Amino acid sequence: MSGPDRKPRRRSWWNLLLLVPFIGTLWVPFYNTLAPEWHGIPFFYWYQFLMILIGALLTAIVYFATDR
Amino acid sequence: MAIDWVALSVFIGLFGFITILGFVAGRWRRGDLDLLHEWGLAGGRFGTVVTWFLLGGDLYTAYTFIAVPALVFGQGAIGFFGVPYTILIYPFVFVVFPRLWSVARRHGYITAADFVRGRFGNRWLALAIAVTGLVATMPYIALQLVGLQVVIAAMGVEGTGLVGDLPLIIAFVILAAFTYTSGLRAPAMIAVVKDVLIWVVVIAAVVLIPAQLGGYAKIFAAIPESKLILAPPDGNSLGGYSGYASLALASALALFLYPHSVTGVLSSSGRHVIRRNAAMLPAYSFLLGMIALLGYMAVAAGVDHNPEFAAGFSHYKANFAVPALFRQSFPSWFVGIAFAAIGIGALVPAAIMSIAAANLWTRNIYREFIHSACSLKQEAHMAKLVSLVVKVGALFFIIFLPQEYAIQLQLLGGIWMLQILPAVVFGLYTRRLHPWALLIGWAIGIGSGTWMAATLDFKSSMYPLVIHGFTIKAYAALYALSLNIAVSAILSPVLTLLRVPSGQDETVEADYHERGMPLPEEIASAPLA
Repeated sequence: MSGPDRKPRRRSWWNLLLLVPFIGTLWVPFYNTLAPEWHGIPFFYWYQFLMILIGALLTAIVYFATDR
Repeated sequence: MAIDWVALSVFIGLFGFITILGFVAGRWRRGDLDLLHEWGLAGGRFGTVVTWFLLGGDLYTAYTFIAVPALVFGQGAIGFFGVPYTILIYPFVFVVFPRLWSVARRHGYITAADFVRGRFGNRWLALAIAVTGLVATMPYIALQLVGLQVVIAAMGVEGTGLVGDLPLIIAFVILAAFTYTSGLRAPAMIAVVKDVLIWVVVIAAVVLIPAQLGGYAKIFAAIPESKLILAPPDGNSLGGYSGYASLALASALALFLYPHSVTGVLSSSGRHVIRRNAAMLPAYSFLLGMIALLGYMAVAAGVDHNPEFAAGFSHYKANFAVPALFRQSFPSWFVGIAFAAIGIGALVPAAIMSIAAANLWTRNIYREFIHSACSLKQEAHMAKLVSLVVKVGALFFIIFLPQEYAIQLQLLGGIWMLQILPAVVFGLYTRRLHPWALLIGWAIGIGSGTWMAATLDFKSSMYPLVIHGFTIKAYAALYALSLNIAVSAILSPVLTLLRVPSGQDETVEADYHERGMPLPEEIASAPLA
């Protein structure tokens, strides 16, 4: 955190990464299937768990990239 | 079902512990509790770690822990929408809410309606925002009691009439007392205990229960395939797809418009706290996903065929699935811990919701319309009283009215809450929308959303929109929001052209980037000190 920098910052291109979770979850045909299973867990379920991780990871990346 | 004394003792012990904690919390990072922003926002001093616990405790409520797995238990894949829902919340919060924090810190706003009042200079629009928040929050508080009621019943504590409701009343008196004396500091401190308990219970559950049932493959094999995934689109409709995606999106957009979320955001000590938490809170989404899977475990374990739980299921329906699963799978002492986690999980959000409702009433209705000359001390006193009134109201609601009413109202509340998005979220970026256009858009959104729910007898919020014989069944909140935005956008230039006064904007662009001066406490102390 730098000092009292009051200049409005320009919107960053990094924020576009945050669209990935929206596309990945809102387009249901991507993941509404049983196969491929992972340790007996249907794709529908482990894919969405994976998206939680991806969403958090991308948010962290954008945080560090735009944290000035 | 006989009373499980071991579980009950553990439960009561943990409740006693958090009661003491709730009263001690008033002295934590001491502030003048006669000031509304100290009582109702804890002075805006919470760092990254406390905010993580607070928001986790605030957003993932007891009702969530009971209702989400209940939906999966009863209806399968659609109940899993809570996962994409909570995935989408955080990127949205990451981008939008630091702006709200900044402008609020700059101007001393403590509610979303405060911001709208300052931004658009229109008290009627601000009133609409405040009333929406109040009305949507009340049934939500009442529903927390349902979570509490279910676990108390699952320990075998039963009675008829007022005696049966006694445990609930005691829990709520405790809640009301520590909220009154300690303000937001109480739920913040208790949230740490609640979250730790929930994590322990859920991790134990997703390891131990599948081991008892023969592994995850066996659990999923016990569920009919048609329930495991959503119905695919056919020639006449989008099947289950539009419902699932619209529920996830609209719920995600609405969640941080709720007063209790705004309170959580504004109590943090900086923009970076919110941004960091957007990356860290998804841990709770993982937790929620695991909790959702408990619904399938309950099916595989056959809890609904266990005669011991027949009475519970006939009274609480699918909401009894998780309590029954815990009782069937865990030793008594751990059942006590698990139920205490859910019970305390009811008190934390209920406390924050009642504080948020009190802030709204006091700032945006009482001070704005009734007693504009009230002193700071009177303001804080008013808020404390209202937090009591709100909780007593919720208690009456649950004791004297059918539970269905609370569920239906909460469902409507979700639809209504989303209708403040144009004023609050678009308002954070632009002043081009006319306040009266926003107010009319809001009214159309509320009206159409309510009408859609009414055509479904208030039993569902999935409205089947038919276009040329093709059915798109989607969350009514999203349809209503589309109308709301369209009306606001079309009317804004018209009203400007007609020279309808558009109100004074007391904010400037730089306010939305304000970083805020670090508070001395923040530098001097570790997050939990």
